[in-house]
Amino acid sequence: MTAYRPDALIASDISAYLELHQHKSLLRFLTCGSVDDGKSTLIGRLLYDSKQIFEDQLSALESDSKRVGTQGQAIDFALLVDGLAAEREQGITIDVAYRFFATEKRKFIVADTPGHEQYTRNMVTGASTADLAVILIDARKGVLTQTKRHSFLAHLLGIRHLVVAVNKMDLVDYDQAVFDRIVDAYAEFAQSIGIQDFTPIPISGFQGDNVTTRSDAMPWFGGPVLLDHLESVEVNGDIDRIKPFRMPVQWVNRPNLDFRGFAGLIASGTIRPGDPVRILPSGRTSTVARIVAMGGDKDIAVAGESVTLTLADEVDCSRGDVIATADAPPQAADQFKATIVWMDPAELLPGRAYWLKLGTQTVSAVIRAPEYAIDVNTMARAPAKTLALNDIGVAEIVTDRGIVFEPYAESHDLGGFILIDKLTNATVGAGMLDFALRRAQNVHWQAVEITREAHAQQKGQQPRLLWFTGLSGSGKSTIANLVEKKLHALGKHSFLLDGDNIRHGLNRDLGFSDQDRVENIRRIGEVAKLMTDAGLIVLTAFISPFRAERAMVRSLLPEGEFFEIFVDTPIEEAERRDVKGLYKKARAGEIANFTGISSPYEPPLAPEIRIDTTRTSPEEAAEQIVEAIMGVWSPML
Amino acid sequence: MDSATASPAPLTHLQRLEAESIHILREVVAEAERPVMLYSIGKDSAVMLHLARKAFYPAPPPFPLLHVDTTWKFKAMYELRERSAAKAGMELLVHQNPEAKARGINPFDHGGLHTDLWKTEGLKQALDKYGFDAAFGGARRDEEKSRAKERIFSFRTASHRWDPKNQRPELWRLYNARKAKGESIRVFPLSNWTELDIWQYILAEGIEIVPLYFAATRPTVERDGMLLMVDDERFRLHPGEVPVERSIRFRTLGCYPLTGAVESTANTLESVIQEMLLTTTSERQGRAIDHDQTASMEKKKQEGYF
Repeated sequence: MTAYRPDALIASDISAYLELHQHKSLLRFLTCGSVDDGKSTLIGRLLYDSKQIFEDQLSALESDSKRVGTQGQAIDFALLVDGLAAEREQGITIDVAYRFFATEKRKFIVADTPGHEQYTRNMVTGASTADLAVILIDARKGVLTQTKRHSFLAHLLGIRHLVVAVNKMDLVDYDQAVFDRIVDAYAEFAQSIGIQDFTPIPISGFQGDNVTTRSDAMPWFGGPVLLDHLESVEVNGDIDRIKPFRMPVQWVNRPNLDFRGFAGLIASGTIRPGDPVRILPSGRTSTVARIVAMGGDKDIAVAGESVTLTLADEVDCSRGDVIATADAPPQAADQFKATIVWMDPAELLPGRAYWLKLGTQTVSAVIRAPEYAIDVNTMARAPAKTLALNDIGVAEIVTDRGIVFEPYAESHDLGGFILIDKLTNATVGAGMLDFALRRAQNVHWQAVEITREAHAQQKGQQPRLLWFTGLSGSGKSTIANLVEKKLHALGKHSFLLDGDNIRHGLNRDLGFSDQDRVENIRRIGEVAKLMTDAGLIVLTAFISPFRAERAMVRSLLPEGEFFEIFVDTPIEEAERRDVKGLYKKARAGEIANFTGISSPYEPPLAPEIRIDTTRTSPEEAAEQIVEAIMGVWSPML
Repeated sequence: MDSATASPAPLTHLQRLEAESIHILREVVAEAERPVMLYSIGKDSAVMLHLARKAFYPAPPPFPLLHVDTTWKFKAMYELRERSAAKAGMELLVHQNPEAKARGINPFDHGGLHTDLWKTEGLKQALDKYGFDAAFGGARRDEEKSRAKERIFSFRTASHRWDPKNQRPELWRLYNARKAKGESIRVFPLSNWTELDIWQYILAEGIEIVPLYFAATRPTVERDGMLLMVDDERFRLHPGEVPVERSIRFRTLGCYPLTGAVESTANTLESVIQEMLLTTTSERQGRAIDHDQTASMEKKKQEGYF
């Protein structure tokens, strides 16, 4: 067994060697296959054959192979690749791992992702940055459901180059007929899902056939050896260079009053000083003055480079804006059709607001109920109400303001996005914008002459939203009514939204499932916001059981206008009072999804006001609330 | 497109790695409240600092450097530390764990406890003390198996723990830097660099590194199969041990009584790289920390070691 054997040039002429390696390009690729397809073995083989394994690693590998290997006394290359301790014991790779190796022509970053169905999220993650995917097929098994799944996901993520590596050819006597049969079956499937082109290669990762060197055992194969192919395909950045210029602004560099640079990574195109550019979404135009770099300005920059640009004019431009070619700018819109991959154990709640991050823009976004979900095994579309972990579906997305975008098929940088839960901050999903919905592109915000400030001033008050939350029967409506009476007596303009005037009208179509509860609160929040825009003091009395929705409404309003009032009544006490007899019915099973009994209530963590109704009467509570609000109100009240 | 002007050659791997690292550095500055760069003075730190200077030029990098000091680094490292911070125009914060100081924890008497108290605990203390919510580290994925699976933005709980089973997926160039109060992220801009990339970049950019990486005649003793340098008078010689002048250099740098040297005459960057490429053992052999157990680094990371 030989370990690392260095290149002869290293010893004879190190400068020549370094010069050669200085100009290598970089290819990122992904390997897909299940544990049994020999994926880790193939990667181990590539590392080994390209001399990336050192003596100490090899001796560890030899002893590990004998101890826990699956290849008897032979070297188990898979052990080079499998990472975390727990996984090593289970014998499965369960996450995305990145490996590195280099040849004279290229440096390679390999994303190794698992083939199990429940790990769609990992494969999508690995695929998002890959120029090429190697789909492994076991020659003894042929095209399997998982082969189709991997190919579909690679295609969905827009990977341009697909290699179909028919592995374990040594176990089918290097038989050309087996290979041809598999390639034909694959070609038929590939065409059915829109894959235009792929490169089939018969290999043996275990024996090394057609991996780095041409196999003597398969003289019938005239195509490229795997490594030669990896060394020669065109990488994404070089393709993106011929597209129109786009650079999402990451950070504005202002060390002093005389310098204002816009820093970002060029998503596509090339740029030179003097080029006319347009700032999106404002649409203002200017020209590039300098491409600033430590060690001297540059006269050209291309897709894939991180740069700092200065402009000839003082135009407004900040993080989230996109600097683009003046005559071919991207669009802005706030409603989209998108393909979404759900990545969180908690399922998607249509109607709930999530953070959406695309390029350098982060906005609040609501996902409508999916139009359909896609079965990754059959590619069949099925109706869906939501998306669970590892589900893929197509849905409409509405953002709270316009974002600059391009369809994912045209730009991964301006069409790919992640979704972040507003409370847990977890990355819960990823998606690809397919296109903007026409109605959004045509509906523009009407600039209003009478502003919300003007409305409020006329009424001589500051708009407020007093949001009462608590269990059914806690006393929300009672207290809210008393507060409104007091405000009215003080000559204030107010309005109370409660179950009676909302559930019977605006939200008549909604039930009490979690999804409907989310939509219920969203609509109430929007109505309440319009009323505060009109200058009113709005009071709402709804159970509103979820923190996320209350936080969403809070985010709709200017800072300081939202008051969360927690009417804190223990469930035992509310049930004892049972003013409307609802608890009794719920206990009898006559009401489904009843908050506190069969549906959760998430109490506020830091409400502006908390009322303990076991110690405070409704009248006292109302006085406290008016007092508390008066205390922080401007003298205008 | 102006086809008359020749487009430059395709980007090289180093140009791509540089662009990615700069993008990561800027993203953190745009999204975190109080970022800091952990600076260990080694060659990877030197590259990371250089990338930060490029990312924010002409402004100085808008965050301080933090050195979690064990008081046992090589003298030459302390010298470069001061010079590099000044050259970058950055504030340099040095933290030494007061408990380790009071208890006189040292590498001669305390073994693993030395690393744990000075480095692991010291780092947590410093991050808490200054309230940093994002810390750049120079770790690379090619160094060790568990690192290969760690995200570029690696989330830490309020008690600084890493949960390898619950990492945020990282897609495209989109990093989720959101976190609750008290939680923090470790960010690794050099994740996709290999050791050879680091050396090639140092060569291409003319980055200053600690002279200890180059061979010179230095006083040494041989102990437990390791070649140690007698860097100051605190080095405790065993009975019969006499420092011997040898031509040595270091492949990695840490606390001097724990860092093994290699005998070498390579005194230029090219010859160091040549020696590195001709060597048949991987980089971390020189560091005592990894020998404890196979999955030791993973365990240390879960506990909060960088």
